[in-house]
Amino acid sequence: MKSIIPEPMIPKPFRIHRKLKETHDTYTIELESTNGADGFPFSAGQFNMVYVFGVGEVPISISGDPSIPKMLRHTTRSVGTVTKAILKLRSGDVLGVRGPFGSHWPVNEAVGNDVIIVAGGIGLAPLRPVLYSFISQRDKYGKIILLYGARTPEDLLYKKELEQWRGRFDLEVKVIVDSATGNWRGNVGVVTTLIPRIQFDPLHTVAMICGPEVMMRYTLKELQSRGIKNENIFVSMERNMKCGICLCGHCQLGPKFVCKDGPVFCYDHIKELFGKREI
Amino acid sequence: MNIVILESDHLQILLDVLRKRGYQVIGPTLGDGAIVYDGLNTTANLPIGWTDEQDGGTYRLKKRNDKALFGYNVGPHSWKKYLLPSELRLWKIKRNGNSFQIVTENEATQKFAFIGVRSCDIHAISIQDKVFMNGQYIDQHYKSQRKDTFIVAVNCGKAGGTCFCVSMNSGPRATFGFDLAMTEILEGENHYFLIETGTELGAEILREIPHKEASEKQKCAADDILKNTAEQMGRSMDTSNIKDLFYRNHEHPRWNNVAERCLTCANCTMVCPTCFCTTIEDVTDLTGEHAERWRKLDSCFTMDFSYIHGGSVRSSIKSRYRQWITHKLATWIDQFGTSGCVGCGRCITWCPVAIDITEEVDAIRKSEPVSERQTTEAVEIKGS
Ligand SMILES: Cc1cc2nc3c(=O)[nH]c(=O)nc-3n(C[C@H](O)[C@H](O)[C@H](O)COP(=O)(O)OP(=O)(O)OC[C@H]3O[C@@H](n4cnc5c(N)ncnc54)[C@H](O)[C@@H]3O)c2cc1C
Ligand code: SF4
Ligand code: SF4
Ligand code: FES
Repeated sequence: MKSIIPEPMIPKPFRIHRKLKETHDTYTIELESTNGADGFPFSAGQFNMVYVFGVGEVPISISGDPSIPKMLRHTTRSVGTVTKAILKLRSGDVLGVRGPFGSHWPVNEAVGNDVIIVAGGIGLAPLRPVLYSFISQRDKYGKIILLYGARTPEDLLYKKELEQWRGRFDLEVKVIVDSATGNWRGNVGVVTTLIPRIQFDPLHTVAMICGPEVMMRYTLKELQSRGIKNENIFVSMERNMKCGICLCGHCQLGPKFVCKDGPVFCYDHIKELFGKREI
Repeated sequence: MNIVILESDHLQILLDVLRKRGYQVIGPTLGDGAIVYDGLNTTANLPIGWTDEQDGGTYRLKKRNDKALFGYNVGPHSWKKYLLPSELRLWKIKRNGNSFQIVTENEATQKFAFIGVRSCDIHAISIQDKVFMNGQYIDQHYKSQRKDTFIVAVNCGKAGGTCFCVSMNSGPRATFGFDLAMTEILEGENHYFLIETGTELGAEILREIPHKEASEKQKCAADDILKNTAEQMGRSMDTSNIKDLFYRNHEHPRWNNVAERCLTCANCTMVCPTCFCTTIEDVTDLTGEHAERWRKLDSCFTMDFSYIHGGSVRSSIKSRYRQWITHKLATWIDQFGTSGCVGCGRCITWCPVAIDITEEVDAIRKSEPVSERQTTEAVEIKGS
């Protein structure tokens, strides 16, 4: 007899292989399928519904390298019930995973262009797969610029990788924090203030933005004023999600379903919706 | 199409034939002060000789002065009670060492025969078909219920006080989506149904029930009844350019006005035959070894519906009412290629404070600043 629910509604068990501390409230977990089987192919920008036994399920972006599908990675900031439970798990523990769901960043479409990645806080997690892809095919792109803002230096994710990326001659990495602490000698302010300081070819630049909605709004304005066309700007949106497969109705953003049409949208397709109050 | 006559006394045979073929027969019955859908083994359980009076926020049962079997309109239930149950267990999960094992529920085996489906509700079912069976992902539970549903439509012999199917092109005559469709006719001593067949299965079942050819006069009698019903609509809605009307009025003073009245009780979404939103609830037993996942009907009127860390996206009442009506009448069209409203009037009747979807559309249309209207009209003319 057939099951009543579509396969994507059934979580599959994944074992935590390693747990890496990023900040005081954010960890990256590395997961492998418990049946040791096939990897977890995904595209940069997609997300999974992650289930903690008996606690609940939440949407979390995939933060690993799309070219290494064997290792599924998620970077989670603990803010509430489920995300706190995720962070309490230890290596060897098992999580349920359904996915991958949703749209992806235009990694291939951007070939031949300059690319700007603007991330705020945990927003770097869904963009890290993009950076991996760009770096592995470095010669296919023009300039690659990463602008990353966090609240304090302690809140920066992926510090080691940031250092490595910053050390490369073929990447431009700028990091900024809202407020400096300790012996921070870097930039202080909001991420948008970095935009006037970078050079790129506006007509041949693709921008990808992920962060809180306010941050994205100001970043958009700044990029538009530098001449990037709406068609070349991509944003990742966040809405409450229960099913991830366009059946529950929760993730609606005007006529769009963020779980299916998003989370990554071409700004030109949602410009009428973006920034509208309580939509 | 062959139109035949079924004497009202023979309706019981239809129920029996369906039951013998393994259908669970469901139809209108007298419930708690309202006509509700429930198991129907005998025609004696139909609300014989009853009708309803409906208006904004009011529903009243009343005796008719005849023995009509279907002399009323839709009540608080819709067929989604069966096709989209308000609570459904999706799976059970058991801890297994430090891993787990999931057991999913199997497809339902019961087949439903719905008796007395109104045209608006046939449209509503076809809209939910699009939502659950036309996309990239299919709702298997819905699909398995739907594929065996036998539908006996009833064309409306009168319109309810809150009906506006004529405006929504969804009634009062059933034109598709049925196995059999009936028009009830009472003429003095004569009490019969005019029956149209919609499917081969409908024809097959009809062959097991005594019937005779309909005369031209009888066909005309049915047409007259339906024409009369169409003229009696309790409400109406101007749907011209309705999608753009809502898209350009995301900010409008009327939203504050309706927010002052709306109690966010979610009655409207619960009674609406097309509203499909659900939520997920995970429950665990005391040992912590077993858990279950349930899917439950949800409503965009709750705060939790749009909650993301830091607060709800739609925290004000006005934004939630706006979400609901905009979804029904505008965004639905972009999502599924059809309106999300079929004009059944349930949301008007069952709103405790009589908020009326037709009145809200009217208010926005009439109070829209003229400049707004002209600009978009000008654009439309240029674009066409
Ligand atoms: C497409 C997408 C990708 C995401 N990627 C990441 C990521 O990579 N890393 C990360 O740390 N966070 C990510 N989030 C946010 C993450 O889903 C929320 O932080 C999480 O749902 C909070 O759940 P909670 O139970 O811990 O919090 P609570 O505040 O207790 O939330 C209660 C419930 O509300 C819902 N909810 C709360 N916040 C959100 C939210 N932001 N989005 C959707 N539903 C929410 C959930 O159903 C949750 O169980 C993503 C969200 C979306 C929509
Ligand atoms: S919105 Fe109201 S009138 Fe329209 S289908 Fe739903 S309940 Fe019926
Ligand atoms: S419109 Fe009426 S029925 Fe709907 S939530 Fe508001 S008060 Fe309840
Ligand atoms: S998350 Fe259920 S419809 Fe998008």
